[in-house]
Amino acid sequence: MIDGLLVGAVYGLAAMGLSLIWGVMDVINLTHGAMIALGMFGMYLLFNLTALNPYLLLLPLIAIGLLLGILVYWLAVHWVVGRAQLMSLLSTFSVNMIVIGIGTAIWSTSPYNVNFTLKGITVGDYTFTGNHIAAAISALIIALALELFLYRTRPGKAIRAVADNRDAAELMGISSTAVLAIAFGIGIALAVGSGALVSTLFPFTILSGAVYQLKSFVVTVLAGLGKPLGALGAGVALGLLEGLVTPFIAVSWIPLIEFGLFVVVLILFPRGIFARATA
Amino acid sequence: MQRVKISLLIVLLSLATSLVAEDTISIGFTVSKTGALNVDSLEQYRGFELWRDQTNAAGGIKAGGKSYKINLVSYDDESNSKRVQQLYTRMILQDKADFLFSPYSSSLTATAAVVTEQYGKIMLTTGAAEEKTYKLGNHFLYQMFAPATQYLTAAVDALKTKDPKATIAFVYEDASFSNAVVTPAKPYAQQQGFNVVFSEAYAPNTTDFSAIIDKVISSKATVLLGGGHYADGSTLARQLEGHKVPLKMVTLLVAPDSPQWTELGDAGVGVIVPSQWEPQTSFTVQYGPKGADFAKAYTARYGTPPSYESAGGYACGLVLQRAIEQAGATDTAKVSAALNATDITTFYGKTKFATDPGSHGLQVGHAMVLAQWQKDKSGKLTKEVVWPLAAKSANLKYPMR
Repeated sequence: MIDGLLVGAVYGLAAMGLSLIWGVMDVINLTHGAMIALGMFGMYLLFNLTALNPYLLLLPLIAIGLLLGILVYWLAVHWVVGRAQLMSLLSTFSVNMIVIGIGTAIWSTSPYNVNFTLKGITVGDYTFTGNHIAAAISALIIALALELFLYRTRPGKAIRAVADNRDAAELMGISSTAVLAIAFGIGIALAVGSGALVSTLFPFTILSGAVYQLKSFVVTVLAGLGKPLGALGAGVALGLLEGLVTPFIAVSWIPLIEFGLFVVVLILFPRGIFARATA
Repeated sequence: MQRVKISLLIVLLSLATSLVAEDTISIGFTVSKTGALNVDSLEQYRGFELWRDQTNAAGGIKAGGKSYKINLVSYDDESNSKRVQQLYTRMILQDKADFLFSPYSSSLTATAAVVTEQYGKIMLTTGAAEEKTYKLGNHFLYQMFAPATQYLTAAVDALKTKDPKATIAFVYEDASFSNAVVTPAKPYAQQQGFNVVFSEAYAPNTTDFSAIIDKVISSKATVLLGGGHYADGSTLARQLEGHKVPLKMVTLLVAPDSPQWTELGDAGVGVIVPSQWEPQTSFTVQYGPKGADFAKAYTARYGTPPSYESAGGYACGLVLQRAIEQAGATDTAKVSAALNATDITTFYGKTKFATDPGSHGLQVGHAMVLAQWQKDKSGKLTKEVVWPLAAKSANLKYPMR
């Protein structure tokens, strides 16, 4: 069960990026999974090159993710923001396929691992692996940093303003294009960061991002759009649900339960469980 | 004078042609040169090739006072059963193969078997552990691999000698091979007096085993049997180590046989794999080269040590060779009778075929060996044969850590 909580923090981090982009510019980012996978490979490459502690390597990786996100924004997203939803879906989907295609060509589909293990904590019969605990703590720190950024800094305020009302924000003198680019960059940086953390927990291929993308959708819907800490909370809740349910049923039923929950929440709480009513 | 010259010419010509036209035995098979089965199929092919070259260098197969050179006829089946069907038909009808070897893998072999039985030709199968193929009523199939049901029963037998009171958990991939292995292993373990306290199959691409591992811990199992293939098997082993599960024995299918297993470091130590053959097995050989000689010749020629697919390929050739020698002929009926009577130990182990019509050709002599990763004195990880006791190169380490 505690394992579920810990993994849930990582689900939450993954979902935060999706939720932010969706909330700020109404773009459903279908490159999310591929970016998570790039985060996994990024950590693998940096770790094997430098043999530094992976949790330290998170910082440069997130920075790279930010730049990558801004690049993808200019190449694929800028032109479709504000237009029909289908266009942004197609655009981000194409980038997704490109990344996966290149990734498969370079790394094929054999699994990779980041061979780094932290000592765990043993309580009675059960041991909580150090990597899980470190990943959860890292996710929490990143989430708090994001929350601080959004609510305590001017750029953060600008992002929230554009999310609320893009036209009004422009009237106030905020360059919405720059804001959208940065917001997208942050969203991708979060995806890359969560991928980097996952790489220390499980083996991965370029296709592994897909599972986390699906879970991110579930978490985002549970939490409501554009609320990063809500996404973290919902991610933890999802992980907790997985942990609670698995002792009683076969592990293969979990996706069914998760998506069943997804559908139920969509019907009962269209804005998400944590969403507050907006004026 | 003219007649003398002509007859001399005729005698000289017939001498010449009899020197040039050797007797040959043609053996046909397909290799997966492309497609998913490529790597293992190539290893199997190398086993055939090495056997052919060594035997031909020693004068060929000797039967009925004649020496036959071996001629291998092969095509690329592209890991595809339609191609197998076409190519085996071609090899029998057009290339006039005397005998057939199987492709690699149970599924392709099942397809080839339909064709060879249709034309009444002998086929020795290797790289194919599935049993169903031999239970459909056949006359000329002969299986070299020990059947799938044996993979884990060997582990249960070994466990019984160490700890008859162990509690067993089966954690395995939900896929046809691992299901075929675990389904008979469970009742067998119970028959041997073990308490099976937990059993669950996981979806093929699972990477997070923490839920299943927690269930294993709460079931208080002391032994874990199962796995599937490399990716899930290696991850399961890693996570078992990470969660410090107090297991005294872990046996996983396929994965620990790979040389990549050493990447796991401490997480891989003590894990056991059921194998058709390992280089250290030291059977008392009644026919053919010793294991060490085979391994040396293979490594010298191909630059890598032989896997059990290669050993199976080479042994396939040896068993056929011996049957032809025993029969003193190359016709199907006589060689088939000799194969039915085979009960021989080569470097590969014992080979004996079932002869009752309901399961003709099923391998009943060959036992799986168990190999365990152990640390030698210098701390290096090596794979040792620990079971059966007649073939071991090191003692089974129990508890594993």
